[in-house]
Amino acid sequence: MPLMELKNVCTFYGNIQALRDISLSVEEGEIVTLIGANGAGKSTTLMSICGITSIRSGQILLDGEDISHLSPHKIVSRGLSQVPEGRRIFPQLTVLENLDMGAFLRDDKELVKIDLDEVFEIFPRLAERRNQPGGTLSGGEQQMLAISRALMARPRILLLDEPSLGLAPIIVHNIFEIIKRINTERKTTIFLVEQNANMALKIANKGYVLQNGVIKMADSAEKLLQNAEVRKAYLGL
Amino acid sequence: MDYFLKLFLSGTAKGSIYALIALGYTMVYGIVQLINFAHGEVYMIGGFVALIVGGFFFTLGLPVPLVLLLSIIASVIFSSAFGFTIERLAYKPLRSKTRLSALISAIGISIVLQNFVLLAQTEKYLSFPSYLPELPFLLPVREYINSTQLIILATTSVIMVALTLLIKFTRMGKSMRATAQDKHMAQLVGVNINQVISVTFVIGSALAAVGGVLICSYMGQINYYIGFIAGIKAFVAAVLGGIGSIPGAVLGSFILGWTESLGTGYISSDYEDAYAFIILILILIIKPDGILGKNQKQKV
Ligand SMILES: Nc1ncnc2c1ncn2[C@@H]1O[C@H](COP(=O)(O)OP(=O)(O)OP(=O)(O)O)[C@@H](O)[C@H]1O
Ligand SMILES: [Mg+2]
Repeated sequence: MPLMELKNVCTFYGNIQALRDISLSVEEGEIVTLIGANGAGKSTTLMSICGITSIRSGQILLDGEDISHLSPHKIVSRGLSQVPEGRRIFPQLTVLENLDMGAFLRDDKELVKIDLDEVFEIFPRLAERRNQPGGTLSGGEQQMLAISRALMARPRILLLDEPSLGLAPIIVHNIFEIIKRINTERKTTIFLVEQNANMALKIANKGYVLQNGVIKMADSAEKLLQNAEVRKAYLGL
Repeated sequence: MDYFLKLFLSGTAKGSIYALIALGYTMVYGIVQLINFAHGEVYMIGGFVALIVGGFFFTLGLPVPLVLLLSIIASVIFSSAFGFTIERLAYKPLRSKTRLSALISAIGISIVLQNFVLLAQTEKYLSFPSYLPELPFLLPVREYINSTQLIILATTSVIMVALTLLIKFTRMGKSMRATAQDKHMAQLVGVNINQVISVTFVIGSALAAVGGVLICSYMGQINYYIGFIAGIKAFVAAVLGGIGSIPGAVLGSFILGWTESLGTGYISSDYEDAYAFIILILILIIKPDGILGKNQKQKV
């Protein structure tokens, strides 16, 4: 049984249909990537999974159980954590308070402390700035904070929405390495939305291509990297 | 100088009551970006509940401080239930609609509640007994500050410290701050925002109820319309300080209290209610976001 599965999900904004019969599945321990152009519906997919945008039809299964009609805090409590588009740091909370909010649903205080140290070890920059308001961090630092905040929840599935957006190439490289490391070291399943298809497919096991709200292709990441259409449209080769 | 001090202290007492009401406006605005026009009515209802419950226990012959305590507790419970219910019935269903619909709903609730109390009670001013005790140690300085004022000041100070601690350090306080800053993100870390919004209305209403009991004891009278004028003034205070900002609401309330008190003392008492609007206009011209307001576009 896949850890997470979407079956024929349709999402609307008013009369506009953003997702058309989306079906995909993510196995435990995998990195799965969803690539697509601007406006394809990638962020809508993530927001639908988390219950922020309600779906009109279809099913979203976690461990085989439909979670699509639960409220977001219930969904999150089942082990999903999202790094949303645009980072969404709580601007007036300090770095430490933002991380603390990430662990909002946890009551294993001891382990939270260990995870905090680990996050500071992955991103030493955040440790230096722990008492600074989140809103005053640079874009790259905010992205690190957003990822760390999501990690503080110790999710089973980490949903990432374009973590490389607006970052310098060297930092992008770094972020992808960290994503890979989270996957291998913590065994966290990763669902990665990206426009940087090249980098995403290189670390992923499996990929889906979304176009105008429709899944156009689904294949192993290796095959997608070789695919002529993908190379032309998303890799600029 | 004596005269000034006296006015200043009575302005401080008044300001601290405005603050109790203004906090409700500003907290609700901070969380759901709604000007809760029914908030003044919640305060008025708090006063009436205290009048009725207090009267009942007083005729039973309970000691006065106990009567005061029981009537404050009763009005806090009643007003909180009102605040909770108003949000669930009148605002929550409109949350995904434009902000204007919730605003109109709020004005509607305000009118309904005023008229409900008008019909259930009377249009006349009823006298409100002062349950606040005389403090003997204040006798030497009684020209400057009387017992009622000191009790009001002490009560509101304690409440404000408690509120600050709650918001800064408790889990609910953290959820409230996170929800105020980014509702969707708060949900994504697992905050139940419906619960946070309800708690915010309950806290705001409870504070208003305490304010209602205190001010009615202070003024010695009550009628169905007191919520309107106090509500408007507290709203002015919240806007003055920067709506959405808790320290702002407190600061704005004190500024309003002092302005009214000094204006009445040095200029004319005929304009007591007008001073609020004069400073509101001045603030809106000089600093549209309020004294401690965030510099952002207001959408209401
Ligand atoms: N709140 C909204 N109201 C109305 N339409 C929306 C809303 N959010 C997204 N859309 C529309 O839904 C479609 C999909 O948007 P979405 O944000 O999911 O795209 P995306 O693939 O994440 O794009 P990008 O790569 O630019 O982030 C777009 O056409 C967008 O205009
Ligand atoms: Mg997007």
